[in-house]
Amino acid sequence: MTTIEAPALGRPADPYKVHRTEMLATGHGDAGPASTRVVVAFGFWIFLLSDIVMFSAFFAAHAVLQNATDGGPAGRDLFDPTRVAIQTGVLLLSSFTCGVSAVATNARSHVWTQAALLATGLLGAVFLLLEAHEFAGMIASGAGPQRSAFLSSFFALVGLHGAHVGVGLLWLGTMMAQLFVKGFTPILYRLICFNLYWHVLDIIWVAIFTVVYLIGEGR
Amino acid sequence: MKLFGALSWDAIPWNSPLPLIAGAVVIAICIAIAAWVVLAGHLPYLWREWITSVDHKRIGVMYILLGLVMMLRGFADAVLMRSQQAMAYRAPGYLPPEHFDQIFSSHGTIMIFFGAMPLTIGLMNFVIPLQLGMRDVAFPTWNSTGFWLTATGALLVNISLVVGVFSRAGWLPYPPLSELEFSPDVGVDYYLWALLISGIGTLVTGINLVTTILKMRAPGMGYLKMPMFCWTALASSLLIVAAFPILTATLAMLALDRYLGFHFFTTAGGGNMMMFINLIWAWGHPEVYILVLPAFGVFSEVISTFSGKPLFGYRSMVLATLGICIISYLVWLHHFFTMGAGGTVNAAFGIATSVIAVVTGVKVFNWVLTMYGGRIRFATPMLWSIGFIVTFVIGGMTGVLLAVPPADFLLHNSLFLVAHFHNTIIGGVVFGVFAGVAYWFPKAFGFRLHEGWGVAAFWFTLAGFCAVFIPLYMLGLLGMPRRMQHYDMEMWRPWTQAAMIGVYLFAIALICQIVQLVVSIRRRDSLRDDTGDPWNGRSLEWATSSPPPSFNFAAEPNVRGEEPYWEIKRRAIETQQNDARYEAIAMPRNNATGFVTGFFATVTGFAMVWRIWWLAALGLAAAYAVFVWYAWRDISEEEISAEEVERIDHAHRERRADWLARQSQTRETT
Ligand code: HEM
Ligand SMILES: [Cu+2]
Repeated sequence: MTTIEAPALGRPADPYKVHRTEMLATGHGDAGPASTRVVVAFGFWIFLLSDIVMFSAFFAAHAVLQNATDGGPAGRDLFDPTRVAIQTGVLLLSSFTCGVSAVATNARSHVWTQAALLATGLLGAVFLLLEAHEFAGMIASGAGPQRSAFLSSFFALVGLHGAHVGVGLLWLGTMMAQLFVKGFTPILYRLICFNLYWHVLDIIWVAIFTVVYLIGEGR
Repeated sequence: MKLFGALSWDAIPWNSPLPLIAGAVVIAICIAIAAWVVLAGHLPYLWREWITSVDHKRIGVMYILLGLVMMLRGFADAVLMRSQQAMAYRAPGYLPPEHFDQIFSSHGTIMIFFGAMPLTIGLMNFVIPLQLGMRDVAFPTWNSTGFWLTATGALLVNISLVVGVFSRAGWLPYPPLSELEFSPDVGVDYYLWALLISGIGTLVTGINLVTTILKMRAPGMGYLKMPMFCWTALASSLLIVAAFPILTATLAMLALDRYLGFHFFTTAGGGNMMMFINLIWAWGHPEVYILVLPAFGVFSEVISTFSGKPLFGYRSMVLATLGICIISYLVWLHHFFTMGAGGTVNAAFGIATSVIAVVTGVKVFNWVLTMYGGRIRFATPMLWSIGFIVTFVIGGMTGVLLAVPPADFLLHNSLFLVAHFHNTIIGGVVFGVFAGVAYWFPKAFGFRLHEGWGVAAFWFTLAGFCAVFIPLYMLGLLGMPRRMQHYDMEMWRPWTQAAMIGVYLFAIALICQIVQLVVSIRRRDSLRDDTGDPWNGRSLEWATSSPPPSFNFAAEPNVRGEEPYWEIKRRAIETQQNDARYEAIAMPRNNATGFVTGFFATVTGFAMVWRIWWLAALGLAAAYAVFVWYAWRDISEEEISAEEVERIDHAHRERRADWLARQSQTRETT
């Protein structure tokens, strides 16, 4: 987890206040409700876990259907290892720049935070372009999602990840604009959440890379 | 007309009078209510205090209201179905087949997703922060959004009554029947979008409740001091977080099949329809425990309060709850023993299923032993709880019978199965919700419900319950399959007729409930609860006033001591009495994010059903705009001054003191 510090709100401590920041209570019942930072990050973790469950359903579907090619092309006929390798590299790098943005935020450096976030966004966009290119090529060659159950599950799983990256980019854009206009304080927690989100997308991609492309390549 | 996608005048069922008339009546009622609200000048109040509210108590009440209205709607379907089957011996009955199919599909969908779910979630929303000594839930605005997304789903299902048709593929749309090839109309699409949208709302609520319970508890409220209801709510919310994404994914796959020609579950293209059955029940079995666990929690609270004793075996109860939470995730395959997975697989899942019954048995014994030696008061909530214990034991035992694969081969998809799950859901969930509503009603509104009508409602419900479902068990044993529109078997006839009489008993019970509400509101002055603690309850929510102020507790409850419930409440009242220093309290400000999101979700869902792409795009863009607007806002809290807190708290204390004085006076004079 990244270690962006919480802003001090400068109000008297009310242990019941929803947005309490002063004490470092864990919420385990000894010292009262946890700080907003903990609550927000924890809630977002739970959301990410549930998102991973949703991905698992699509992974399961892909596992069931990966041989259901209905006489159409299989993975080894379709995948381009070079492009997938570049995609992977780009996405891993974007995770790194995302981490850099957290460091810059801790140092309260506007310029570096914005620069790192911009790099993250650009790398994400490159990833999406490569994926769109792959999808377009497959559809053009008659290997679209309607061709077979295998391709349906492929497009759905990889496309779902792509959609998450796309949503992440929209989110990133709004946050950069806010950072520019209002500064760090109102969006610190969102920056933490975005970091979590982006790293999880990376982890899911590693699973897709392995299960879909590497194993699929061998079929 | 391309502009409106597939939507045209033919979508209105001009030539089938029943839905048209029903729809017209419902629309007329809605317009009448809306007109009354506007003309009587209630709209600004509704908007300010309810629609845009982020107060967990208000949202909880709105959830329960939605659930009750939808249950009425689903009950109307039940009456139609039972009457049809009673008439349809060697006769077509009065419902044409395609209409009958829509009715059983909408009945199940509405009852589970828009009746039972909002009711249990509403109770959790209302009670948890009060029981754990909090000011609010972790994410108040998300809470409101979750509610409005659920309402969106309910609205979409009901729109299908008048515009177009509803699904004919059952409450779980099994492919290939639900694929475009076999269900070419918009019925399944209504189902899909209603559930995809409301499912997101449910997930949001689950995340919110898990975070709230795990991270926001009052000082000193350790895990093993949490009231039982909070434990079961925690288990239920964990299951929501773990299971609902599976439902979303599964329905999304079906939507891809229907909209974009994917082949997840089709008969062509290598699709695998058994995968749908696996996925849907990997959600579906946990779902029944999502529903029943909070009800178990209600019974625990009610039984201990009305027996005047702490809950027997609190720790074993916690363990059993968590056990159910985990095991319920591992038994889904018992819903399709007949799939042909083989004897070994079936045996494994049969045994796993029976283990749940063992763990549930622990709970039943604990409830009975809580009552044993207690001073039992037979108030309405307690009646529902005792009725639950009796009926649920039968439902559990028939469940174990179904969990034996050879027996299941005979009884699967028969009315025996239908009787089993209604037995557990009505005897468990619905009784639990009614017990909870009667129990916490005074906390929410400041006055109790009228006892006499409540007792009458209970007995009629119990009678109707037996009269409907004992015949259905019999019919199942006599081999009658579920979902028959008409039949030729002489021996089934008396039982279907008995079941119809039963459903009319249910209707009487329902009338009793409505009368109870009206009578209670009219006599609210004599039913007033000035103490905040009308039942001599044992947990923290009874330490504050009824109804609680927006900030729940004026001063922090002092949660120490050993006994989980009683001691905590006593100390909380004590510390609030000795003139604590009042401090200003910051509470989240009401906002319209949830309502506006729900509005655009409705537009988008409706547009997707009818394939009006530009409107769907517009709805999505607007939803994104709402998101940015919400993220951009600055002030989200408002401060309640220390003087205001003091004023509210003193008023409550004076009322309590007055009440105590009156009490001792009457005791002296008698
Ligand atoms: C006490 C332990 C229970 C056991 C051993 C049990 C067992 C079973 C089994 C084996 C089936 C599958 C029957 C078949 O499809 O042929 C089933 C179906 C079902 N059960 Fe239970 N059950 C239990 C409790 C519950 C509870 C608490 C609920 C609800 C709150 C519930 C709701 C349902 C529903 C809704 C279905 C089937 C719905 C359908 O097929 O449309 N059960 N149960
Ligand atoms: Cu089950």
